[in-house]
Amino acid sequence: MDRADLAALALHFALLSLMAIGGVSSILPDMQRYVVEANHWLSDRQFADIYALGQAAPGPNMMFVTLLGWQLSGWSGAVVATLAIIFPPILLTLGVTHLHANNPDAPLGRAIRGGLGPIAIGLTLSSGWILAQSADHSWRTALLTLLTLVLMLRTKVNPVWLIAAGAFAGVAGVL
Amino acid sequence: MSMPQPAPETDRESASPGAAKHVSPLDLFLAFSQLALSGFGGVLPWAHRTLVERRGWLTQREFVDTLALGQLLPGPNIGNMAVMIGFRFAGHAGAAAAFAGLVSGPFLIMIAAGLLYTRYGALPLVQQALSGMSSVAAGLVLATGIKMTSTLKRHWRPWLFVALALAGVGALRWPLLAVVGGLAPFAIAAAWGRED
Repeated sequence: MDRADLAALALHFALLSLMAIGGVSSILPDMQRYVVEANHWLSDRQFADIYALGQAAPGPNMMFVTLLGWQLSGWSGAVVATLAIIFPPILLTLGVTHLHANNPDAPLGRAIRGGLGPIAIGLTLSSGWILAQSADHSWRTALLTLLTLVLMLRTKVNPVWLIAAGAFAGVAGVL
Repeated sequence: MSMPQPAPETDRESASPGAAKHVSPLDLFLAFSQLALSGFGGVLPWAHRTLVERRGWLTQREFVDTLALGQLLPGPNIGNMAVMIGFRFAGHAGAAAAFAGLVSGPFLIMIAAGLLYTRYGALPLVQQALSGMSSVAAGLVLATGIKMTSTLKRHWRPWLFVALALAGVGALRWPLLAVVGGLAPFAIAAAWGRED
């Protein structure tokens, strides 16, 4: 990656960050499309690995972007990708914090929340679908994804244990 | 020489948190660092534990209200909450301190993970472990999406927008900016004046 690539990445991620309603998982598909399919900076597999590693570490989910940036371009990539994702929403939140103090129940705010909620859900499901396509190359790995889904919906298990179990299953050669 | 002190312990029980409490930017930085680094598999439960139960900075109700607004805004919910809570207690410095606390520890951990991945990521055993982890991660994201649908009303309209977003971005792989830009005005117009 050269400097122009890094600048383009910063701009793209900054724009995406303003669409990240409900968190980073709603913009994951477009990050993957941009980094893997449009620019071929990483393979499908590397992207899925990086996301999984990011989920296994403590901290907010969005911080996987640091790892993604690092993988693309070392320290400069890590700093640029992280700042591009975190700064625009911070500024927006500060702006809204000022406005919200004055009129917390404005109809436009309610309509935006009601309208964007379903889109955020569709985007999050898209992320899961795309990650599953990159990660699941056999019926066994697909079963592992399905099992995770069922456990998450039916129990209150901490996801970190599931990720650890996935790593263990991989090392044990079950997959 | 002892200065007269307000009685903090009794105050904490009676007064509503927020305006009355003195919370410095350093307190905010430390509290958000602590909750970020405890948050394996999601930070939100730890945020609740730290801010409401342990430090008593927010009431239950204030926590839920802040979370609701944080969810409406783009960006990570916990990041938006850090900005709002930090701002409320200590202005712009507080917002910056809370957010810096939230991200600086995890940032360094991610760099460490990146170094390890670069060095050992290609080893067969590590590849096998990562393969299992990424299949689980896919399931986690799908589960999050499905759980979010519990907030939708039993009406076809919001589900139509779920389906269109999923088709555009997930199935057709169109750019997100185009899909959201195309859908959002209709979705917002459809939700205008409704409770769903």
